[in-house]
Amino acid sequence: MPKRLSVIDVDHCVGCQVCMFACTRRLGLGGLAKSSIHVRSDGGIRKGFIVIVCRACADPPCARVCPTDALTVRDGGGVKFHAERCIGCYNCVEACPFGAALWNEEEGKPQICVYCGYCARYCPYDVIALEEVSHATQ
Amino acid sequence: MLLNEPLNRVLYIDLTRRTSWVERRPELFAEGLGGTGAGIRLLEEECPAGADPLGPDNPIIFAVGPLVGLYPLASKTVAMFKSPHTGNLGESHAGGRSATSIRLAGFGAVVIRGASTMPIYLVIEDDRVSFRDASALWGTRSSYTTGSVLRRREPGSGSRTIMRIGRAGERQVSYACVITETYRHFGRLGLGAVFGSKQLKAIVIAGKHSLEVADRKAYRQAYDAIFKKATESELMKKYHELGTPKNVLPLDAIGGLPTRNLQAGRFEGAEAISGENLAENYLGRRVACAHCPTACIHLAALRIPYPNDPYFYKTLMLGYDHEPIYATGSMLELDDVSGMLRLMDEVEIQGLDVMSAGVALAWATEALEHGLISTEETDGLELAFGDAETYIAATQRIVEQPTDFYAALARGVDHAASIYGGEEFALAFGGNEMPGYHTGPACHVGWLAGARHSHLDNAGYSLDQKAAQKGETLTPEGVARALVEEEQWRQVLTSLVICLFARNVYDEQTVCDALTAIGHEVTPEGLRALGADILRRKVAFKLREGFTFEGLRLPERIFETPAPAGDFDAEFVRQAIARYAALAGDET
Repeated sequence: MPKRLSVIDVDHCVGCQVCMFACTRRLGLGGLAKSSIHVRSDGGIRKGFIVIVCRACADPPCARVCPTDALTVRDGGGVKFHAERCIGCYNCVEACPFGAALWNEEEGKPQICVYCGYCARYCPYDVIALEEVSHATQ
Repeated sequence: MLLNEPLNRVLYIDLTRRTSWVERRPELFAEGLGGTGAGIRLLEEECPAGADPLGPDNPIIFAVGPLVGLYPLASKTVAMFKSPHTGNLGESHAGGRSATSIRLAGFGAVVIRGASTMPIYLVIEDDRVSFRDASALWGTRSSYTTGSVLRRREPGSGSRTIMRIGRAGERQVSYACVITETYRHFGRLGLGAVFGSKQLKAIVIAGKHSLEVADRKAYRQAYDAIFKKATESELMKKYHELGTPKNVLPLDAIGGLPTRNLQAGRFEGAEAISGENLAENYLGRRVACAHCPTACIHLAALRIPYPNDPYFYKTLMLGYDHEPIYATGSMLELDDVSGMLRLMDEVEIQGLDVMSAGVALAWATEALEHGLISTEETDGLELAFGDAETYIAATQRIVEQPTDFYAALARGVDHAASIYGGEEFALAFGGNEMPGYHTGPACHVGWLAGARHSHLDNAGYSLDQKAAQKGETLTPEGVARALVEEEQWRQVLTSLVICLFARNVYDEQTVCDALTAIGHEVTPEGLRALGADILRRKVAFKLREGFTFEGLRLPERIFETPAPAGDFDAEFVRQAIARYAALAGDET
């Protein structure tokens, strides 16, 4: 079964963004440009946080609006990003209602989750986890 | 992607001419690492001798370090300026998302020169600097409003910092703070007043670059070792669980918790304001600075009923720590947690440094008790220990300054006592109001002599407590040596902008390994020499601006109230200060 990242308990999130740094670090880099997960406050830190991850949709809107097939549907849900085909049109970013198609400013292309779960290994509060996709329960 | 590039780049902003540019300054970071080391070099360059702290010549400098964005717990931004509170070195540190945002916007440091002729705020996105009209924001009653407005108006949610001042900064109260991400502060020494003097209401900085390293594999290994230490060992446990308020009860038990303007070292209400009670009955949320797994920021949820509207409540979410609890709790004899938290909230709304504000209110209370002032000076307020409502009203008046007395109090207790008397119980050290410890001679020597007059300079309270536990007798020489050694090493940590709570995670070898993996070759000896050099530079800056070790005023109260490490006298403190001056200055 294909896997995806799930937000298990957003109320346990402290906004440390360790997951975001892990995502870019999986490539051996520091910083955040290549991070496919995003954590921000829910309108001020006093109100808690929003954790934005790709839910690996069965029929992903991001792939539907891609004019160059740079985003193709993965077997079982979610997408695969083919950077060489991407023209940086931004359609995918606007299509995802969760905002999970993030934007890599350095490359001018979307930053799409590869469902590796590296980020979840560093979350100190079990906010996120890599799970098998089960669209029946979505 | 930038190989150490961001740390080579300094963003200069001239508020007078409304212009900005970037300069490459690799030597600044090669020689000074970043943070304090780079900041003091920039301050030497930017601040002319004798500059008016509230004039356009006083620069605001923000500096971060090479570990930021790469390693956990390297989460601080160092601000350097000339302090309007002490008239010499202004250095204050804050976390939140400030450090990662500055570095990932592409900068190692930001230098702000000049002054605006109208209220403005700055928006920095990568290399683009916008000067925005803040005239509508100027004068808003609450600092929370400014955060709320900018959060909605400006870009970069999640990868930005929003630094802002409250009314206290606008009105140049000399201990006004700068608030970042609602719950973190450039608290001490009056950076908020410097913002206010430049009509600079806020700065938004957003960025999310990536950073190249020298050896990707070694980097990930070094990262994992540090992360494991930070999350699995006992080193961060105190901050992770109860947070800094864990100090309240142990300090009270040994008689080291300043109470009623340090008339006592034990507080009858300590249990109520303890970290344990707050966690059990008020803790509503825990939050973290960017790239810190510890989440030491504890937010109390305080439900307040509307007095004239049944079944109507508002819920405040207030950050609490040991120092705010001491300053608004034991120091003012507030054992009513609701009152204490509401006073903390007022301090936040106004944008004051909570330690200085609490000590100012405590001094004023005693000055009124002794008849040095009357209710004419206090604008009718009967300041009394234990009375939260009056303290909340007085906090507003420190900012509004309806009488000459409040205008004096808005410059700190040193200044107010020089006019109204009561110097013997005016608890400022080197011009800066005291932190929440009365443990023995070392804490007082530490913040009298320390470069920032802060408990974080050299942790004298820790020396006292160890001596008290072991039944050892402290000597002036021993205290001076230990303080200087600690303060020198802390210059290295704060140049790397490592949170001082993580000082035991980042030991010398860990620092060297972390730096080597990302392409900085350093040795423990080199780092220690750098620490000594930075402290020497900071002391030299202070001396240049008129500070003298000999001229330090010793409030008699500290010798009268018994301390856990035993009795000590002015002679002890003077000797230790003289030795500190020699060791930190030219002998090292």
